Amino acid sequence: MLSSHLPVLVIIIPLICAPLCILFRGKDQAFGIALLATWASFACACLITARVMTEGQISYELGGWPPPIGIEIRIDALNALILLIVSGIGSVVAPYSRNSLLLEYVEDRSSMFYSAFLLCLCGLMGVAVTGDAFNLFVFLEISSLSSYVLIALGFDRRALTASYQYLIMGTIGATFIVISIGLLYQATGTLNMADIAKRLPEHGYDRTVISAFAFMVIGAGLKIAIFPLHQWLPNAYTYAPSTVTAFLAATATKVSVYILLRFLFTVFGVHFSFEILPTAAPLLILAILAMFIPSIVACFQKNVKRVFAYSSVAQIGYMILGISFVSVTGLTAGILHLFNHALMKGALFLVLGCIFYRIGSCHIDRMAGIARRMPWTMAAFVGASLSLIGIPMTAGFISKWYLILAAYEKGWWYVTVLIVVSSLIAVIYVWRVIESAYFREPPDDLATVSEAPLSLLVPTWILVIGNVYFGIDTSLPVGLAELAAKSLMGVN
Amino acid sequence: MEDFFGLYNYWIVIFLAMAGLYIVIARGNLIKKLVGLNVFQASVFILYISFGKVTGGTAPILVKGVEMYSNPLPHVLILTAIVVGVATTALGLALVVRIRKEYGTIEEEDIHSQDESM
Repeated sequence: MLSSHLPVLVIIIPLICAPLCILFRGKDQAFGIALLATWASFACACLITARVMTEGQISYELGGWPPPIGIEIRIDALNALILLIVSGIGSVVAPYSRNSLLLEYVEDRSSMFYSAFLLCLCGLMGVAVTGDAFNLFVFLEISSLSSYVLIALGFDRRALTASYQYLIMGTIGATFIVISIGLLYQATGTLNMADIAKRLPEHGYDRTVISAFAFMVIGAGLKIAIFPLHQWLPNAYTYAPSTVTAFLAATATKVSVYILLRFLFTVFGVHFSFEILPTAAPLLILAILAMFIPSIVACFQKNVKRVFAYSSVAQIGYMILGISFVSVTGLTAGILHLFNHALMKGALFLVLGCIFYRIGSCHIDRMAGIARRMPWTMAAFVGASLSLIGIPMTAGFISKWYLILAAYEKGWWYVTVLIVVSSLIAVIYVWRVIESAYFREPPDDLATVSEAPLSLLVPTWILVIGNVYFGIDTSLPVGLAELAAKSLMGVN
Repeated sequence: MEDFFGLYNYWIVIFLAMAGLYIVIARGNLIKKLVGLNVFQASVFILYISFGKVTGGTAPILVKGVEMYSNPLPHVLILTAIVVGVATTALGLALVVRIRKEYGTIEEEDIHSQDESM
């Protein structure tokens, strides 16, 4: 009975628990509710994934209204994977947030923090499950508005301007998406995404549809932070509280990539997006620029959080690269990198949270010699960095391997070379941090610094172990990514 | 020529959208930027409402003797979008209030120079 309502429970649980956090004002109650809610939605996401893998696509009629009139929840392998990423990272970050907040955050408002966190989670998962285009916009705005709040909580005053900048850019992006959805509705008379996809070929690809397409790509591009549209990202990630950075870096951009995938491949269709319109070439060029320019910029940053913020922009480049191949292997690689990047960036930003908790800074010079005082934290850093670079036996290697395989399949050997060279740039910026932390003498004021508390280390290590585990046993992410890529490309 | 005047509300949409985006990009005052953002969003509201109109149709209320109704769905959608817009504006203004408390100014250039000099 209850299991048939799983697809809606996964978003209802955080949605209902968000106001509950405020009602029970106490810090511990709010924390308890948030923890239960995230774990419950993670459990739901796991059950849904199991069902998708055995039975195939799930369709759920919201309120019993049949689509296309009613809102449909539609979950296939891609949606299930996104659900797993968002709720999984949420469940790791929620216990972490309790302690790391102490320093960065005023205690009496912590119930508000958990409420915004749950709303953000609800919005992100809503985008991932809904089959209705306008519904997708509403969920996207729920998650965006709450993430602006979360970023503004950073203890540095620059967090406020970063959040404001993100609000402006994010709203422009979301408004572009609404325009696109409106034009699609005008052309087809329906809002159900599967239904739009069915009716578009009958309608023909006139100027309305082409402008809808352009608005969607640019709007989603702003939200994803595809290179040149990434200006909001470095500041937002740098000045947000560490917990928030870890959560958003691992989930928010991934969900936006999902929107792009869903619209390019399912709604507009491969034929229109890539054969009638030449979308693949510009995406390829932007992806390659993104792999290099932000990586090089990252090498010159002093704040380690900013280093990895720029690195995120570069990693998004790999996902877009996978999409621009327009092949099953390429898409598998791109989707796989969504999953793996969530694991490694989540882990890295959690490590930086541990360091911030102890020394109150993420400046590369302040981290000199810190490995002697916080060996476990820095070991986690090394583990996650290896995955970021793409060393074999880590998750990062698997997605790079599939990317190279896809490039080889296309016969684009120069792309293969570029992937390898750009990974070497990652070695440079990671090495700067490792060199500072391991090979420099710690200053005297570091003598009192001790290892991060277990409540921070355990979630961090869970993600690091995840990086290694999914680098060895790849059956779950690769299986789901392959299923998703096949259904996106329309092959069985 | 008829096309030009017959589609006048779409010309208004395009003008408002461009004007709004221009304000967001060209103005350094944080409040003015939010105003520009609002103008931009308002243009989308008009776009949705415009294509809900069915030629010869009346307001979508059940009345005897009327067969043609305008499409009410875009109106409903835009009600939701207006709520989202109001929430965004409220949050943006709240951020500006906090920024003014911390920096003592709401001009982008002044904020930038303060951050640089830190």
